[in-house]
Order: sequence, then structure tokens, then C-alpha cells
Amino acid sequence: MLSIVIFLAAQVLPGDVGRRVLGPFADQASVDAMNEQLGTDRSLVVQYWDWISGVFTGDLGESIRNREVSDVLIDPLVASGKLALLAFIIVVPLAIAGGVYAAMHEGSARDRIISVGGLSATAIPEFVWAVIFILIFALGLGIFPTTAQFPAGASVFTQLEYLLLPSLCLVCVLFGYIARMARAGTIEALGADYTRTAVLKGLPQRTVIMRHVLRNSLLPTIAVVATQAGYLLGGLVIIEVIFNYNGIGLTLARAATAKDIPVLQSGVLIIGIVYLVATLIADILYSILNPRVRLGAAE
Amino acid sequence: MSLTPDPATAGATEIGTTSPAAIGTRPSDARVAARERLALLRRSKTFIAGCIIVGFWVLCAIFGELVVPKDPLASDPINDLIAPSADNWFGTDKLGRDVFSRVITGARDIIIVVPLATILATVLGTALGLVTGYFRGAVDDVLSRIVDAFLAIPVIIMGLLIAVSLGPSKTTLILTIGVLFAPIISRTVRAAVLTERELEYVAAARLRNERTPYVLFGEILPNVTAPIVVEFTVRLGYAIFLAAGLSFLGFGIQPPAPDWGLQVAENYGVISGGFWWPVLFPSLAIATLVIGVNLIADGVASVFER
Repeated sequence: MLSIVIFLAAQVLPGDVGRRVLGPFADQASVDAMNEQLGTDRSLVVQYWDWISGVFTGDLGESIRNREVSDVLIDPLVASGKLALLAFIIVVPLAIAGGVYAAMHEGSARDRIISVGGLSATAIPEFVWAVIFILIFALGLGIFPTTAQFPAGASVFTQLEYLLLPSLCLVCVLFGYIARMARAGTIEALGADYTRTAVLKGLPQRTVIMRHVLRNSLLPTIAVVATQAGYLLGGLVIIEVIFNYNGIGLTLARAATAKDIPVLQSGVLIIGIVYLVATLIADILYSILNPRVRLGAAE
Repeated sequence: MSLTPDPATAGATEIGTTSPAAIGTRPSDARVAARERLALLRRSKTFIAGCIIVGFWVLCAIFGELVVPKDPLASDPINDLIAPSADNWFGTDKLGRDVFSRVITGARDIIIVVPLATILATVLGTALGLVTGYFRGAVDDVLSRIVDAFLAIPVIIMGLLIAVSLGPSKTTLILTIGVLFAPIISRTVRAAVLTERELEYVAAARLRNERTPYVLFGEILPNVTAPIVVEFTVRLGYAIFLAAGLSFLGFGIQPPAPDWGLQVAENYGVISGGFWWPVLFPSLAIATLVIGVNLIADGVASVFER
């Protein structure tokens, strides 16, 4: 289903691919020849079948630049994975801690700052954050480089240094959503009967929070984290372009500029699959952490 | 929050529980509710603050070209990348164009594109949500699966794909945002319709042998306007986000228009040389507009979602 939507979106009005590749001055015969070589002169159904059967056998076809699509995509995918992972490692604990902290001081000024600040940060486009961070940390203080593309063979720490600014931009955009869910979940758990019971039993506050509140409040947060994983991949496009980082986002942006449809649609499909896998993992995690769902399935 | 009873919800429950004859009283109820909401909105500080910010940019969009000191499109390569000064308040960009004039006039494209795109998305999404929520069954299953598939791909990437297929232009940008946001809006509308369709006024309309389009748009639609209005204002903010992002990537508004996203894209290459002004000011312009729209959305949500 996903693949059909992507395929159609790329093909509804594909322009003339051969014409695009060869430019406006090529003669019609060579344009036709190019179209035949790329297979873009065949009917949509045939093209779709060709592409999707290739996807399952790992053959994504050939980029219009005569390179295998899978070759063009694999390295950037790994590179983007690093960036996304770093952003996630920073944002998830931070946002959960922020959300829980806000919930425990519900209605206070600290709560307002975290909630409103987080949501405003979320609404500002990534490249605006990128500009602000580059100005402050790279140009103003000179601590970080202005690009993210670390030299080949750089050590883990050098890579971290290069990737920290771009991942911070992603952190800003993601923080608000996750913190809001964590806050809402915690407020609900704090008001629940079992929490009151735990407090009245005389358990120390730490234990109540860790054992009774957090275990329940973080469940909905997991689902949000998974949805945000898909969102993160979208944010990568802009971040990678502005930091000139050779990841899947920059590859897609370049493919889009070059109208390299094979690379573009396979890249988008991969991102869609990553998103679906993330959602699946979230579902599994959810059922592991939530005994109600787990027992329900076992019966 | 006011302590007065909310005529909107009072009206809704009344409609739900009384005979079809009560439907005749609905329009006046709706009018009272609308007046009440307006009064609440006028008292909402966030809403007013948002209106002031957005209002400023709307004025810039309309009158900007008349008041700016320089021609926003006139390039002057000799005086490129001049730091902010009395002559060029925000400095000049890579091509020697006055950044201040470009930021002020740059409001125009986004102020035109974003509302149009969001209206398109709301109309499409509402129709889709009404149909899927009301019919359920096979229609709902098929349409909802398509919606799910759409939602599995980050909007900016899908936007990239559509913009490439259609060729970048202002119309494409409006269509892209409209089509991409419609499924998201349809989900909200569908959820609202699912509860409405079980209420008695819908059954009554059906028993009166009303035609389905009338039941959908004449009976259910007026009762789900609140979530639609809230969703619309929230989507406006995201539409700015997406429009600016696509323009930044080169698939939105095209040069030489002084669009903000485009300005950032054109000039971020020189930022490492210390030329921060052609990038920072348009970025701040986007940020303020987004914050303004979100303040409005926040105010609207707190009034409508009580």
C-alpha cells in the first residue's frame, strides 16, 4: 500500500524523465532512447511491478546517473542513522525528565516554561534552529564546526563533535512532543488511586515516583517516541542540507533536484519502512511494559 | 476559562436527547455559542498576542512593497554582504540586495500560500473525515488504509516527491500542503463524526428520509465545527513549517522572490564566513510568524475545547 502511494506520487505527473536527464537541447530521438533505457516509456503498471518486485529482491534499479540505487542509498542511510541515533539518545531522556518534572510541579512557572517553551521550540523549523545554533556555537563561541561532515576515518569523539550541533536542532524540534506526552501521562498517574495508596502506605516519594508513577506514565510516551522517529527522518532532510552532511536526507534532496526518480522513490520507501518498523517496535515494547496488554494476549 | 455554562455543549446534548422538533432551535443556539466564543477569544491574552504578531506580518505582506526603503529585488553586486548599518538596517545579502526590504516584503508569499493551502487541506480533510466516519465499513477501511500509508511518510519528504513530480511553483506548494495535510485533518474529523453519528438527531434525519449528503453536510458538519476550527488553526502553524522547509530546499517558492525560506537557502553558504545577517533575519521572521500563529491556535483551542 505504502509503496503504491509513493510510486504514484512520483509518477502521477512525472514530466518527461528522459527530457529531464538530457536537458532541453537534446533531440527527441535520444530522449526516446533514454526513456527506453530507463524503462520510463512503459505503462505505469509494468513499471510499478518491475520496481516493487525489485525492492523485494534487493534490486532497487539503477539511478539515472548509472549507479545502482542500493549503492547510492546504503552509505547515507548509515550516516543518517548515526545522526538520528545521537539525537534520540539526547532527546528521549531529556524530554521525559522535563515532562515528568513539569508534571510534578503542575501549574507552576517551571511547568509553564517547559510546556510552552517546548511547544514553541517544536514549531520552529529545523533550519531556523540550525542558523541560531551555528551562529552561537560555531561562529560566536567557536566550539563546534559549521558543517557536520566529519573527515573520513575520524575517531568517535571527533564524529560526535561534528554531529552534536545538527542533532541539537533535531532535539529542539522533538523535545516538545515527547515532553508533553510524558507530562500528560505523569499527571494522570499522579492522580490515580494506586498512587494515593502508595503515598498513604508511607512509601518514600522516590519509590512512589519510580515504581508506581513512571511505569504507568511512560507507556503513552513510547508510542509518541515511535511516531516521532518517522518525523525525525523528515527533519533530517533539512538538517543534512544545511550542515552539508552526506546522509539519506541530503541524498534525497539532491535526487529531487536532479529529478532522479529511481533514487527518490526508493529512498522514500525506505524511510516509510523505517517508520513502520519503528511503530512495530513501539507496539512490541508497549506490550512488554504493559502487563495488561501482555496478559490479554496470553489468555 | 469562564464559569458560565457553555451554550455550545449544552446545545449539543439537548439536540442529542430531544425530539427532531428541537432542531429548529439550533441556529440561535449556534449563534449564542459563536458570540460567547468571540467574547472569550477577545479576553484571551495568548490569542491577542498572536493576532498582533500575525497582524504585523499581514500588514507587511499587503503594504510592505510601498514602505520598504529599497527595492527588494534590486541586486547590487558591488555592495554585497554589507554588515547592518544605518543605510542597510539588516545589511545586504550575497547579491547586494537589502535584507531589511526583503524580510518585510518576504511575508507576502507565505501569507498567501499558507492560508490557501490550509483551507484546501481542511476542505478535503473534512469531506474525507465525514465520509469515512459516517459510512465506516468497506469505504472507511479502504480510505483509512490510504490515509495510513500517507501518514507513514514524513510530510516534508512526501512534499519533496510531489514537488518534483509537479515542478516547483506556488500552486504546487499550495496543492502539496493541501493534499498532505488533508489525511491528518480527516483523522480528527473522523473521530468527531464517529461519536456524532450515534446521536439521535442523525437517526432522526435519516428517518425523515433526508439524502445522505444533507445528513453529512447539513446535520453532522455544523456539530463538528469546533474540532475543525481548532485543527485548522493548528495546521496553519505546520503549514508555515512545511512551506518554509520546502522553499528552503528549493521546491517551494522560486527565486528571485524574497521568500524567507528561500533567503536562508540562498545565503546559508556564506554563514561560515561570518556573514550572519542575511540568514538570521529571515529565520527570525519565520520564527515570529510561527510563534504568532501558534499563540492564536492556543487561544482558539482553549476556547473551543472546553
